[in-house]
Amino acid sequence: MVSSTLRQLSEDEKSQAGQAHGADNVLEVRDLQTVFETQDGTVHAVNNVSFALKPGELLGVVGESGSGKSVSMMSLLKLLPMPPAKILNGEVLFDGRDLLQASEDELRSLRGGDIGFIFQDPMTSLNPVFTVGFQLMEPLRIHMGMNKKQARARAVELLELVGIPSASDRLKDFPHQFSGGMRQRVMIAIALACDPKVLIADEPTTALDVTVQAQIIELVKDLREKLGMAIVWITHDLGVVAGIADRVAVMYGGQIVEYADVDKLYDDPRHPYTRALLKTLPADEGLRMERLVSIPGQAPNLKGPLVACPFAPRCEEAHERCWSANPPLFEVQAGQKSACWLESEDTAGAA
Amino acid sequence: MLFISLVIFLVIKLSPSDPTAGLPLTIPPDVREKIRESLGFNDPFHIQFLLWLKQLVYTEPKFWMNKLWGTDFEVGQRMISYATRSPVMDLVVQRIPQTLWVVGISYIVGILIAVPLGIISAYKQYSIFDQIGTFISMIGFSVPTFFTGVLMILLFSVTLGWFPSIYDTTHEITDWNSFLFQVKQSIMPIMVLGLFNAAQISRYMRASMLENLTQDYVRTARAKGVKERSVVLVHVLRNSMIPVVTVIALNLPSVFGGALITEQVFQVNGLGQLLILAIQGGDVPVVQTVTVIFAVLIVLFSLIADVLYGMLDPRIRYD
Repeated sequence: MVSSTLRQLSEDEKSQAGQAHGADNVLEVRDLQTVFETQDGTVHAVNNVSFALKPGELLGVVGESGSGKSVSMMSLLKLLPMPPAKILNGEVLFDGRDLLQASEDELRSLRGGDIGFIFQDPMTSLNPVFTVGFQLMEPLRIHMGMNKKQARARAVELLELVGIPSASDRLKDFPHQFSGGMRQRVMIAIALACDPKVLIADEPTTALDVTVQAQIIELVKDLREKLGMAIVWITHDLGVVAGIADRVAVMYGGQIVEYADVDKLYDDPRHPYTRALLKTLPADEGLRMERLVSIPGQAPNLKGPLVACPFAPRCEEAHERCWSANPPLFEVQAGQKSACWLESEDTAGAA
Repeated sequence: MLFISLVIFLVIKLSPSDPTAGLPLTIPPDVREKIRESLGFNDPFHIQFLLWLKQLVYTEPKFWMNKLWGTDFEVGQRMISYATRSPVMDLVVQRIPQTLWVVGISYIVGILIAVPLGIISAYKQYSIFDQIGTFISMIGFSVPTFFTGVLMILLFSVTLGWFPSIYDTTHEITDWNSFLFQVKQSIMPIMVLGLFNAAQISRYMRASMLENLTQDYVRTARAKGVKERSVVLVHVLRNSMIPVVTVIALNLPSVFGGALITEQVFQVNGLGQLLILAIQGGDVPVVQTVTVIFAVLIVLFSLIADVLYGMLDPRIRYD
């Protein structure tokens, strides 16, 4: 059983690799595996995550808390505290270079330069004792070699771009003088400062109220069209993803359980977890449901490597095989993959 | 301030001290009584207190203004020490340079040791460096200065003979050699006090750095591509200094208090020694004046701490 899993995995890898060489991916991640060495044992936070991103594409990464979304994205640029975090395996190809093999200096020149990051909590992600202007000008001066004057001019431009009124006056304000939504705009401006090729947005709207959320989403859509960058948008809001993403990676238990083009995912979700997630979305038309639907059970404990399907304990369709081996990603149809044993007959039959 | 000085006054007055107690026993009681009378020791409490207050805030400033700017205000009876019969303020002014030299430099040395120590300890938490640093600051913190002082005298003066055990206040710096001697005789008291201060401040520094190193904005700074050095020394340090500066400013007066004992150990005749001798001799005006000076320092440095706090932390800046 184990050997067959391995074989299928390697076939899967091959097919991904084949795709990658054909396309001009700006970012490609293969078999990323990150663990946390804690006192109670090793937590396998990210397990064999692979995805690819073309310029101008938006990949939505969804999953509940603790599913490894943020950790996998922070692993890309080694932004995790190491130790305890440790990247065991994988390749992160950015413009053909493997970031996991890159030196600290090379990584630093990419961080905030070609790869921008937006973090979850705008209230704590800005340094409280420095002015917004200083924090915004920092990446400009580091990566673009601008002097103070040029950086200031560009900073004003950026703040206007993200829709902060009277931008030039606000540069000398401190973060506490901004509201939450405005601070998130500042964060976005910082991430966009050096015209990144890839923007990684880690739940950029989670801490914000719905109207501000909508504004930020519009803003990002707009900027993406204007600047043509590839975006990874991490969220646990499936509704948001449906509106903006080209492709969606559904994460569970530290691995991608379904990876599909956005319309295919919503029309025909193949993984039971995706289906369960979609059911939890409150209906926005017709009769109101009595109460919100939830998925029974809890997110899996990731201590120790996955030897069974992590979703099996909560899955309605779980059967024997799910308990004995972790399913690899099966290609269900072009542009849709699902890590579920229910799909194995199709692929096994085809192969 | 007025309240503090009143309390100090009452506490001293309530203690059974007698300025004539130190005089030879051959002096007959009626002469003793006359001496007390002449010192104003037998006047009612409130008269003594008000007289002292008048001398401190009215007579003395006039005297010093005359001296400094050549004005000529009419100066009344200045505050006189019971024991030495010289004006209290003259004594204080004589003693201040020694105290400032020893306490001031030891505090600066303490800060200079503590801040880098705290930063490195926090950044390399649980490393060998951190362990050793923690151990040393535990010792510095828990062993009193009168013990480390005597230990150092034993080691460096008695056994090794490197430094003099007694601080010579009359020493004057005239050339390079006499300057070297000044440095040599100051090293031990400065190190003893400095170690104690460094121990305390480095603990605060380490704790404050640790707290800030895990903040979200640190990750943001790294994600911007800021150099690790700037992340720690600009982003984190600026935030970590806020509580530490407050501690440094607030602790300064208590360092004068701590210097009391160290001065005694090394025979530095600074303010602390003046105070101890005055307490022993029942010299009420001196005790009272020096303690009030300490009280003024505490209030002053609290104020400085507040101002610095506002400068470092924009969130509590008063607009």
